[in-house]
Amino acid sequence: MTFALSEIEEQVRATTQKLVREKLPIAHLRALRDSRDPIGFSRERWRELGRLGLIGATVGEAWGGAGLGWAALGLVLEECGRALAPLPWLSTIACAFAIERAGSDEQRRANLPAMCAGERLVAFAHEEGTRHSRDAIATRAERAPGGFSLRGEKVMVLDGHVADALLVSAGAADGPRLFLVAASAPGVVIERTFTVDSRNAARVKFDGVAVGEADAVGRAGADTARLVDALCDRAAIALSAEMLGGLEEVFERTLAYLKTRTQFGVPIGSFQALQHRMAIAWCEVELARAVVREALVAIDAQRDDVPLLACAAKARAADAFTLCAAEAIQLHGGIGVTDELDVGLFYKRARVAAALYGDAAWQRDRFARLKGY
Amino acid sequence: MSGFRDDARAWLAANCPASMRTPIAGEREWVWGGRRATFFSDDARVWLERMAERGWIAPAWPRKYGGADLSPEDTAILDEEMRRIGARLPLKSFGLWMLAPVLFEFGSEEQRLEHLPPIARGRIRWCQGYSEPGAGSDLAGLQTRAVLDGDSYVVDGQKIWTSHADQADWMFCLVRTDARAPKHEGISFLLIDMATPGIAARPIRLISGASPFCETFFESVRVPAKNLVGRAGQGWTIAKALLKHERALIANARDAATAEEEPLETTARRYGALGDPILRDRVTQASLDGLCNTLALKRSAELARAGAEISMFKYYGTELSKRRRELRVELAGFQGLGWEAPGFSTAELEWVREWLRSRASSIEGGTSEIQLNIIARRVLGLPDGGK
Repeated sequence: MTFALSEIEEQVRATTQKLVREKLPIAHLRALRDSRDPIGFSRERWRELGRLGLIGATVGEAWGGAGLGWAALGLVLEECGRALAPLPWLSTIACAFAIERAGSDEQRRANLPAMCAGERLVAFAHEEGTRHSRDAIATRAERAPGGFSLRGEKVMVLDGHVADALLVSAGAADGPRLFLVAASAPGVVIERTFTVDSRNAARVKFDGVAVGEADAVGRAGADTARLVDALCDRAAIALSAEMLGGLEEVFERTLAYLKTRTQFGVPIGSFQALQHRMAIAWCEVELARAVVREALVAIDAQRDDVPLLACAAKARAADAFTLCAAEAIQLHGGIGVTDELDVGLFYKRARVAAALYGDAAWQRDRFARLKGY
Repeated sequence: MSGFRDDARAWLAANCPASMRTPIAGEREWVWGGRRATFFSDDARVWLERMAERGWIAPAWPRKYGGADLSPEDTAILDEEMRRIGARLPLKSFGLWMLAPVLFEFGSEEQRLEHLPPIARGRIRWCQGYSEPGAGSDLAGLQTRAVLDGDSYVVDGQKIWTSHADQADWMFCLVRTDARAPKHEGISFLLIDMATPGIAARPIRLISGASPFCETFFESVRVPAKNLVGRAGQGWTIAKALLKHERALIANARDAATAEEEPLETTARRYGALGDPILRDRVTQASLDGLCNTLALKRSAELARAGAEISMFKYYGTELSKRRRELRVELAGFQGLGWEAPGFSTAELEWVREWLRSRASSIEGGTSEIQLNIIARRVLGLPDGGK
């Protein structure tokens, strides 16, 4: 069975639903935005998710995780996505995966249990250009006494402004490498950026930052390239699960509005022009549900079509979220473009989420390359 | 491994001819059975006869109806074992897929005993008499009349888009038995032997050329009253139940057919179209959409959905199929513009016809717009605007 939920998954979903409903309503995001909160999310709520064992859902129990798997994590992200909960999920999922898979025992010990508890944040400092790329890395790791010297500039480092450490991609003489660097290391310059979806990212400059061989994660060269691919694929699938929650929520809110808003003396949902738009959007919701779940299950089953499904899930989730959020604004009419109504927040989140880890066009191009054309 | 799986595997190994384990080359290889059955090969005939003898055409049906009385688990195992060796379906049958579920739900025991065994053996071929020239999307507006006269109904009127009516032995047909009742309540479901005097069927030529569709005319056709399924006036309820089977059928058939087609990227490469980034992206989009549609079908089956949600697959599957077929002739460029040899390969000419034929897929079995109405009202619960 792929699509029916297990008993444990039902519990995970119910637990998350309760927490999100009680403590992470969209009003929470608005409050953080309006106060220009220096952290941008609630550390207390993040730790609560850690205590419930949800942050480390995909991390092995030996390193403080719960070993629930990606399909279960997807349900947590879907519920968080419904509330647009601003939590440091993506940075945590991506970096925990890389550290668990390729890090040294020392790195695992120092990072994973604290990350799973919600006490420590590691951000993935990778993007450099104007759009997602897996291999266009200009940041250099030059040989220096005792190790390397990192020099370069990273953008869209999610949660970079509050991270305790950074997982940095850099080109070395022996090929691409990943390093774990303390955010407080000399030469690391972090500048917080505010994104349109009221979330947080940072620009991070590495100005001759000294790192040792012990800070490297994984082996240089092709191994690292594969690790970056695997990390980005998983992040893309996790993000797709979050987007699925967002698109379901904004679709359902629109549907409810169409049943209650009256014009010309009847509910506007009785107009066929609007009914067909909703029916078409619903098909997109269903397609997204199917492919996102399949992708999550494929990771758990260690199937070799995970990269293809990552492309399929991310492209579909991006297009479906964009459609549902745009339709939500149009079908709500004038109130749809006001800041007072939440649907605009979904529309903004759709835009940002669509671009992270490769937009739909990027995913289609990679899908084609994976298929050999 | 279960005992049944062993048995099924051994039996299939011994009885499924090698040529019946290869992909279907085209519609001409389909086996429809019936009194005038044609087989493109002896193997096809043998395969149908052996499966029918074993009751495995309709394996889950009780033996008295021609089935093998298999449990749902064993039926699934048989299906898996057939797929494992790539065994073809021995029979394509509207009787099996569309009428039989109706007879199980609404038919009398006498009707089941009369009609199900010949269906399960492939001896009687059925067609569907639903649409009329004046009743397409507004199917309930049908005008073909059946007037009770003693122990017979006398049927007068015209049906259209009756697939294979010129080849079929029997028709399940919607008729108006009460002209004064509200339009949904005056309809009945009647089984008609196509050999009855007064019936004429004429094939319709489509934009794609010859087609299985027919016009069927009824003139004072006498049908025994015992051939009424359910009660008089219950026809619309039965018709809706049947349409759901038809939609699921069309959706699944589209998906299966797509799996058998040449991948679009292969066509694109052959005609040098991959160098165009826009064509390449459209190929990929179609491929991704097909993947998502297949997964959604799988999900729907796993969650045992059988309601109005099925309309999604009729809508999305046929729209996607149209897009794929149009894209394929575009990818073939000038070679996708042929109607007859010389100068065009058999495959190229087939693509052109498939492209034109596909335009009907979002019309037959309920148009795309009707499917969207169904989704909006029955799945999403939006209020009926009266249209």
